[in-house]
Amino acid sequence: MSHTTPMTRIYVFKRYERFWHWSQAVLVILMLVTGFEIHGSYHNLGFERAVRLHTLSAWTLLALWAFTIFWQFTTGEWRQYIPTASKLVAMARYYMFGIFVGAPHPYHKTALKKHNPLQRLAYLVLLALVSPIIWGSGLLYLFYAYWGGLGLDRWLSLEQVATVHTAGAFMMLVFVIAHVYLTTTGHTVFAHIKAMITGWDEVEEDLRATPEKTH
Amino acid sequence: MRHRAIHALFALAVLMAGTAGASGKASTADHSKFEALAGPFDSGPAVTRACLKCHTEASHQIMQTRHWTWDYANPATGQRLGKKTMVNAFCIGDQSNEPFCQSCHIGYGWKDKHFDFSDANKVDCLACHNTGEYTKPFGFAGNPVTVRSEYPPGSGKFVEPIDLAKIAQAVGPTRRDNCGACHYNGGGGDGVKHGDLDSSLNTATHELDVHMDKDGLNFSCSDCHVSDQHAVAGSRIAMTAADPHPALLRGEKSERNPAACQACHGDKPHKENLLAAERLNAHTDTLACQTCHIPAFARGGVSTKMAWDWSQAGQLSAEGKPFQKKDEHGHVIYDSKKGAFVHGQNVTPAYQWFDGRVTYTLQDDTIDPTTRVPINVFHGAPGAPDARIWPVKVFHGRQPYDTERKTLLVPNVAVPGDTSFWYNFDWPKALAAGADATGAPFSGKYDFVDTQMLWPITHMVAPKEKAVACHECHADGGRLAGIEGVYIPGRDRSPWLDRLGWLAALAALLGVSLHAIARILTHLRKED
Repeated sequence: MSHTTPMTRIYVFKRYERFWHWSQAVLVILMLVTGFEIHGSYHNLGFERAVRLHTLSAWTLLALWAFTIFWQFTTGEWRQYIPTASKLVAMARYYMFGIFVGAPHPYHKTALKKHNPLQRLAYLVLLALVSPIIWGSGLLYLFYAYWGGLGLDRWLSLEQVATVHTAGAFMMLVFVIAHVYLTTTGHTVFAHIKAMITGWDEVEEDLRATPEKTH
Repeated sequence: MRHRAIHALFALAVLMAGTAGASGKASTADHSKFEALAGPFDSGPAVTRACLKCHTEASHQIMQTRHWTWDYANPATGQRLGKKTMVNAFCIGDQSNEPFCQSCHIGYGWKDKHFDFSDANKVDCLACHNTGEYTKPFGFAGNPVTVRSEYPPGSGKFVEPIDLAKIAQAVGPTRRDNCGACHYNGGGGDGVKHGDLDSSLNTATHELDVHMDKDGLNFSCSDCHVSDQHAVAGSRIAMTAADPHPALLRGEKSERNPAACQACHGDKPHKENLLAAERLNAHTDTLACQTCHIPAFARGGVSTKMAWDWSQAGQLSAEGKPFQKKDEHGHVIYDSKKGAFVHGQNVTPAYQWFDGRVTYTLQDDTIDPTTRVPINVFHGAPGAPDARIWPVKVFHGRQPYDTERKTLLVPNVAVPGDTSFWYNFDWPKALAAGADATGAPFSGKYDFVDTQMLWPITHMVAPKEKAVACHECHADGGRLAGIEGVYIPGRDRSPWLDRLGWLAALAALLGVSLHAIARILTHLRKED
């Protein structure tokens, strides 16, 4: 939050990436809302509509992911998610202490390295742990009618699958809460959100000239 | 040319409309032209003799069936069942009351245990094949009345005779009102017993029953309860609770029950959006079709009895006369002859697992009078592959039992005479006479015990738009609230996971809130 450093704009989030992010955000929130209604936590749309919307959102998100995986590989953007230990502790320390005293952000965003090490770790956990839990259990749940034909009913019960799915949903809920809050920790409260909408972020100029080496 | 085509179409439409009502098929015989049926007939057996001249095997065929014997050995349980000896929670039992109850026997003259079950002429063809105006009044042991008769004797009330020749000349395939004459009126009146069978089905709307809809499919009972050699498919004491098979093809050789929904619809009948991944069809592994498709019974404007308390019977007016009390809808809620009643319309069924096996508490079975005695039990383990969750009518009775022998008792009620409860209101005499007729010992000591009787709900299939909605079961306290053996999303969840999950979400919210507050406070301090 140093006001003295001159700022410059860089193009961080490409058009497809922004489309992916926001449609995924809408779908995830929709699935949380409908999912917890199916779970019986509250009554809002009605069970049947909640199920229909939840299922439709799931299929839509699957389709979105099919495109996104393609996009990640063709653009090489998948490298943005390779985790790094470098500055991980510094990032944690920043969120715990530095942020309150106006210490400089320990990580400097570039178009090639748009995620800080904590972000990378969080997204990795999301991709490698939470997603498989949700999608594995969710698809089993969705295709319950086919369990008998596949012989799965000998190994699985709907209760187990539903319980795992719910556990995944709670993890996603915690992620969404933290994720939404952390969007406010840019150089201004709405800077990150603005970047995700327009694609352009403001970074400190001098550091852009000497991109930092992580490895 | 065009005119001719229009005329042909019109003729076809008239033909179709004319044949719709009964079974949809016109006969190749006009029975009014048969010499054998010219009459006059002075008795039922005289008509049967005429029928058997052409339909040579008909009596022998039907004499093999329960419609004739009222007797049945359940192969699944070994129990000796059948209306002849079974005890129910309504009018309790047949024995000692035959002259009255046998109005609903498809025979003539079964007035006591000496009835000749081998006499082919005693088969009542008209009971099932008349097309109107045929009656078998109470008290005549299943005989139609051909001579003006006083009943009860000495009462000054007369039963008018009917013209059997006219009725015989108009016979046809079974119609709803034929079956309904008995199956609607079990328990002593329209809709009393079953709850899903009453006279409203004779002129059913689409709303009441999609198959019997008078302006639509207009099914007769026999369209589903297909008969072969007079043996009619379908039974409430040996039911097809699950039939996990595709629909039968016409002509397909099969031992399956043609009256089961799946015989026509198959067990995966829902056509769903591909994305729904057969969600509704997956339900058929746990639910009977009826569970969703019959949201309530007694929907046709005829009420059904939900409870019957015999212990209150016998109260007399100040003049010593029996009386009736009615509720605001005109339903009898008290009758000195029978006791007190509870009626129901548009009743939401109860639900339970059921694999088709039914056992009954019979007259010689020992009961436990300290609890509600089950007159029948529908078996089926929760979640068992051969069981489904079924809708049932739960009927509550309160009826006489032998306090020493701990057995249910059959009273003599309906036949005019000294021992008959409806005529002298004397329980000890009525119970002794009933016990005598059933051959069961009676200690002479009696009281009344709470009983329960279950009825499967399987008729009055609603239009699909009116099927039970998802949320009626997928919710806390829904229709399937007490049903075990199945995980129902919306009803079932892991409480510890919920606690942990919401705690984690709350902790996250609290964490970011505190973080935000700390940021704001430190920011303000710097501004200062």
